[in-house]
Amino acid sequence: MIKKWIILGILAGMGLIFFDLFSAFRGNETLGKTADYYARHGAEEVGASNIVTAIVVTYRGFDTLGEVTILFLTAAIISFVLKIRQEDILPNRPIRITSELLDSASQVIVPVIFMVGIYIFVNGHLTPGGGFPGGAVIASGVLLMILSNPNFSVSHKVIAWVESISGVGFVLLGVMGILFAGGFLDNRVLGLGDFGKLFSAGIIPFIYSFIGLKVGAELSNILGAISHAQNEKN
Amino acid sequence: MEYIAISTGFALMLLGLWGILSQKNLIKIVLGFTIFDTGINIVMVSIGYVKGKAAPILDVINASEAANKIVDPVPQALVLTAIVIGLGVTALMLVYVLKLHREKNSLDINSFKDLKW
Repeated sequence: MIKKWIILGILAGMGLIFFDLFSAFRGNETLGKTADYYARHGAEEVGASNIVTAIVVTYRGFDTLGEVTILFLTAAIISFVLKIRQEDILPNRPIRITSELLDSASQVIVPVIFMVGIYIFVNGHLTPGGGFPGGAVIASGVLLMILSNPNFSVSHKVIAWVESISGVGFVLLGVMGILFAGGFLDNRVLGLGDFGKLFSAGIIPFIYSFIGLKVGAELSNILGAISHAQNEKN
Repeated sequence: MEYIAISTGFALMLLGLWGILSQKNLIKIVLGFTIFDTGINIVMVSIGYVKGKAAPILDVINASEAANKIVDPVPQALVLTAIVIGLGVTALMLVYVLKLHREKNSLDINSFKDLKW
């Protein structure tokens, strides 16, 4: 009983704080100073139609590098926690046969899902989207493959290579910014190109493709680790 | 419009907090964290809203006009980061739940009293 009252008290206190914040909130009429700078100069300096992408990949690209690292760490910790000793592996886990519908449909849908994911991260500088949603879409395709075939195992070799190449590529492109342009992760290594075209905005499409592949590989690795953990003896 | 979004965000945060505090099932607690997360993200995006403006995607380079056409892109970029971190945290929590379930064959938080004094 007392527990319920404590919970109620905490909720009421938080509600009070939130109400205070809410009642002090007034909708903006104009942009703030930082946002105004990005809006005025973002398209011109970076050449990306999507200003959010310009901020994420170029202005605050270092932040994004850290973010990718956090995802990598998460995947590494999950693999570590779910590690099974060789003698604990169940040789033949009893599995339920997948329904014909899921099995057939996944063969048609999975390539389409991969294509949509690639489209999303390649066009990150033009449309709402980018490496992170694109990678998540690709991982959802891998999830469908695991669901339709419980014996499917995500190849560690492929994951490791894709992840290493894209991670190193991301950093190398950043270093090229130091050598050929204004600084680390500066996107003007290549020309800015025609505004609004696929090959524009310097190296943003390449960096976002690397991010997309890396995120997709990391999330697939997590899914594979969780799926593999079912083989453990109880 | 922004008032609807921000109040929904705060409501979701409270709902998530309630879920974290009151639920007994570990999976539901993780879901509570996710709902809390979503609420925070909605609040952050709605703070960046500017009345009557569109998404920060431009058609043409026009410095003076662009500033009058788009909402604040900075909170959106921050939320993009927050979503990814939230995903990582959720995945990690779910894996811990999986491990705990292996240990005791139960998802009830009351059956994990090893560290309780």
